[in-house]
Amino acid sequence: MENRKLTVSSSPHIHTRMSTSSIMWSVTVALLPAALWGVYVFGLRALLVIAVSIVSSVAIEYGLLKISKDGSVLDGSAFLTGLLIGMNLPADVAIVVPILASAFAIFVVKWTFGGLGSNWMNPALAGRVFVFFSFTGLMNTYRMPRTLVSAGVDASSSATILTQIKMTVSEQTALLASSTGVLESSGYPYTGFAHNVSQFFSSMSLNVSEYTIDAFFGNIAGCIGEVSAFFLILGGIYLLYKKIITWHIPVSMIGSFALFAWVFGGLRNGLGLFQGDFVLQIFSGGFILASLFMATDMVTSPVTRKGMILYGILIGFFTFLLRYFGSLPESSSLAILLVNIFVPTIDRYIMPKRFGEVEKKSNKKEVKA
Amino acid sequence: MASGKINILSRGLLKENPVFILMLGLCPTLGVTTQVINALGMGAGVIFVLVFSNIFVSLLKDIIPGSVRIPSYIVIIAAFVTIVEMMMHAFAPSIYSSLGIFLPLIVVNCIILGRAEAFANKNSIVDSFLDAIGMGVGFTLALLLIALIREVFGSGTITLFAMGSFDGVIEIPILYTYPVRVLTLAAGALLLMGYLKGFFEWYSKRKRG
Repeated sequence: MENRKLTVSSSPHIHTRMSTSSIMWSVTVALLPAALWGVYVFGLRALLVIAVSIVSSVAIEYGLLKISKDGSVLDGSAFLTGLLIGMNLPADVAIVVPILASAFAIFVVKWTFGGLGSNWMNPALAGRVFVFFSFTGLMNTYRMPRTLVSAGVDASSSATILTQIKMTVSEQTALLASSTGVLESSGYPYTGFAHNVSQFFSSMSLNVSEYTIDAFFGNIAGCIGEVSAFFLILGGIYLLYKKIITWHIPVSMIGSFALFAWVFGGLRNGLGLFQGDFVLQIFSGGFILASLFMATDMVTSPVTRKGMILYGILIGFFTFLLRYFGSLPESSSLAILLVNIFVPTIDRYIMPKRFGEVEKKSNKKEVKA
Repeated sequence: MASGKINILSRGLLKENPVFILMLGLCPTLGVTTQVINALGMGAGVIFVLVFSNIFVSLLKDIIPGSVRIPSYIVIIAAFVTIVEMMMHAFAPSIYSSLGIFLPLIVVNCIILGRAEAFANKNSIVDSFLDAIGMGVGFTLALLLIALIREVFGSGTITLFAMGSFDGVIEIPILYTYPVRVLTLAAGALLLMGYLKGFFEWYSKRKRG
């Protein structure tokens, strides 16, 4: 990647001082708070999962770089892929799973298509989806976070908020209750902290459920790195400040998901239109992690601003569809992988206007006449 | 002359393997290779149909007018496929049900039609017979290879015929409890096919030098 020869590369051509490695390490830094929070609430076992996936990713990348004699493992891309894979796994997963996920991500998704920059699919996401579909049972046991355990909840494995809602909804046909109501009626736990904050909001006549607050701060069951929306958003703001990502993809993705979830989300629970509980849905599951760190992957997202917005809207729509009406979890991962397929098409049809180009109106008139 | 005959027979195995080199008959290849027994059943069916259709096309090549040759081939092939289907239904009902739609679809399998058009149409009966055997066995071996990998890693078993006290399923210790399920899905089939194609491409390039 760092060779100084004259090479003709694909767009964009604008030059900055940023190199591949500085971008990769900045993203890693931005992910660290959320990862550390995951290790804090799920215990040292989570650290082991992250460490194993990073080490195996880097080792496989190193081996493949030795064979291809091109590039260096120090560019941090394999480290970042490994970190993302680790953050996307439950803390109690068998140790062979992060190794297999890393192997699939690096070998199959990244290097089969020619290494860094040539893959059309996000490697970390593909690795996660691969192990998810292969080892469904192993991937579906989540540990309760430390903060809920100290509030007196059984520490053994539990359903995530999303699977709990999905299960309850599928068991009862006519519910007539919002997602929060569904969770309350099934006795899903929340922390005292969330209760206090919710009380505070309701004193200001704002209705924010305890579950939304727990999901925002990361006191929910889930994968290691995806639980704390708060720390992920902090990392996202850092990336925006460093100009590594732009606002287009996250905002359009979250916006379109929120819109669809608000308008049609209530239908699943037997409510009418415009009744969806979209705030809880945004902060639960892997949606924030996906929108800030997965969808914005430079290799697999469109290059133009308009293309990015279209890409984000499509991901938001498919996430909504899969999450509300699909039978599988992992909706945001699957949505991103699905839309990754369209990225070359988006890039082909949404071209930036060339500098100094004037639209040829006169030609069109001639044809019409 | 003898080496020519051996060449006709053997080229279907590797040099012109219908699945990995000619890329023919991919629909059944990806569809039925979830179990070894399915691959064997499919391979047997295709060999039978291919041998007889090649022989009959070669026999009738001077009688069939050029303009209606494709429909005529289809009629010949369909006749033998019907025989295979009825035989399997009668004698191997479990394979019949697991092959499902792919069994009648042998009629439009492009290996059989392709060999009729490209080879049996122009060559003698003996050569056509040898070509059919080579291509059919090549197809079966390719199916077996894919099915073996997919079944061993994807479900941790090897399914064969049930004989006596043996129920026909070999279980592989660790993989049986933690199979890599993706390989039994369509995505796994395409992925594996891609890698095998890549391997054979690399192998044949290296052999040519």
